[in-house]
Amino acid sequence: MSTNYDDRPRGGYDSDDDGDRRPMGGRGGGRRMHRRRVCRFCIDKVDLIDFKDVRLLQNYLPERGKILPRRISGNCATHQRMLAEAIKRARNIALLPYTTD
Amino acid sequence: METKRQYEVVFIVDPTADDEVSKLTENFTQIVTDQGGVVTKAETMGKRQLAYEILHHKDGTFVLLEIEGSGREIAELERRMRVNDRILRYITVRVDEDRRRAEKLKARRARKAAKRPSQGGGGHQRRGGAMEFADAAE
Repeated sequence: MSTNYDDRPRGGYDSDDDGDRRPMGGRGGGRRMHRRRVCRFCIDKVDLIDFKDVRLLQNYLPERGKILPRRISGNCATHQRMLAEAIKRARNIALLPYTTD
Repeated sequence: METKRQYEVVFIVDPTADDEVSKLTENFTQIVTDQGGVVTKAETMGKRQLAYEILHHKDGTFVLLEIEGSGREIAELERRMRVNDRILRYITVRVDEDRRRAEKLKARRARKAAKRPSQGGGGHQRRGGAMEFADAAE
């Protein structure tokens, strides 16, 4: 099973205007479009990610229900760790799904 | 004296027993108090749809308790919740350490901002996530 994250409709995690840099044309050759990695949590200066904040966590849970990898969201390691922990807690008490089908 | 630990306990009550929610909350608060803990916050988060079925229930009433104590009251509370079949699920999270850490980071940021007031605004944004992280991790 493969999940193509790039084809997925974008959620809230990418709605800022400072992240994306899409060079129009230029060098092609199947190269990935460059996307500047920005940790949203660092910008917002978030120190704690609450597992009860379903709205926030849902942004990092694509349709399949898997945790959005860091290479896509651009989160820093610290915040990705906090986020993953929060999502797992939320799953435990049925605020978020383990799987969606 | 040992420092008090802080916990967040969230439990899900059977939606068909909605009128018992306040009674259960009171009951649990009493248990915690008896064991020498303090309930600093008791809040009903309301009825919500569950992300997946638990014991054939599709929704449940969520209740949040914030507890301060030694940890012994948590053991008793969890035991009670386990045997109570009105409680579909519960989770206990210790929060004092994370909160302290967050406070520390906040204080550090405030100190840094005071030291270099000229570096605010646009320059900060341009520096991007990686640098921010390096500051926070130390």
